[in-house]
Amino acid sequence: MGEVIVITSGKGGVGKTTTAANLGTALALNEHRVVLLDADIGLRNLDVVMGLENRIVYDLVDVTAKVCRLKQALIRDKRFNEHLFLLPAAQTRDKTAVTPEEMKDLTEELKAEFDFILVDCPAGIEQGFRNAISGADRAIVVTTPEVSAVRDADRIIGLLEASEMGEVQLLINRIRPRMVKRGDMMDIDDIIDILAVDLVGVVPEDDCIVVATNRGEPTALDSTSRSGQAFRNIARRVTGEQVPLMPLEAEEGLIARVRHLLGFGS
Amino acid sequence: MLDILGKVFGRDEAPSKEIAKERLRLVLVHDRATVSPQFLELIKEEVIAVITEYMEIDTDGVEVSIHSLERSVALVASLPIKRMKRAVKAV
Repeated sequence: MGEVIVITSGKGGVGKTTTAANLGTALALNEHRVVLLDADIGLRNLDVVMGLENRIVYDLVDVTAKVCRLKQALIRDKRFNEHLFLLPAAQTRDKTAVTPEEMKDLTEELKAEFDFILVDCPAGIEQGFRNAISGADRAIVVTTPEVSAVRDADRIIGLLEASEMGEVQLLINRIRPRMVKRGDMMDIDDIIDILAVDLVGVVPEDDCIVVATNRGEPTALDSTSRSGQAFRNIARRVTGEQVPLMPLEAEEGLIARVRHLLGFGS
Repeated sequence: MLDILGKVFGRDEAPSKEIAKERLRLVLVHDRATVSPQFLELIKEEVIAVITEYMEIDTDGVEVSIHSLERSVALVASLPIKRMKRAVKAV
């Protein structure tokens, strides 16, 4: 029996879709059977982040409206053999095209066949959010180290607790070690202290994410990128492994250190 | 470079993360204090139950509300007393 994990945040643009794509990728690399379920009806993006946009025939609403069978709508990601599938959101409908009950039935059906169902939740706290969390066993709340994102994360955590969600964990995305060091960005402890929630991982700001999204190849596939490493660590923690947080800054060579000291390149 | 100069000569400003934390703390106190009327009703009933052990109050006149002040939030309860009970429980 699989587990349904909703990736949510409240605020838009903090990295829900990037997280869903990379977590799914990393779990599939570890031989887990994974479905990525895009619940952002009307504003789907998980397909382009995964590079699967040209393979969509049916979508989530086609499945719940019984236009097609679930199996027909699942897009197999060929990079991962039989381990990673995407169920895309409908693009020409809105959030009311699906009900929480339908989402629950759908995730139940998927749980029978897959180890992990990752639900990419839309921003906001309205029906799209209600739908996305309705079948979930647990939640990962994504935030960035900014006042607005942390505030929204607090609201979302409150709503998840009120809905009796199982485990709720926090993912801090786009942290910038150099800004943290000089006291211009909240650090991990500050945020955990404010939100009083368990941490599942921290992902540093990384140019590789933009390149990866340009190409439709998640950074979790890139063994040299720091964000990819962070997401692979998070995937292991999701499956219950104890993995220490990686140091925020990569060890720098002498030349790089001198450059930074002189104020070049940051 | 400016950073180093800042450190050498001592920054006159607090690091901005301290400002962020303080602003967040305040904003979350207010956000979390926006509770539902049902929740307030629940508190009201429990407060009445406790207070009536010690004094007779006008239960219809009881008001419980949350007041947002600039730097804090308070739970304010107004409980009109009808009569004090003679034998107040010894503490």
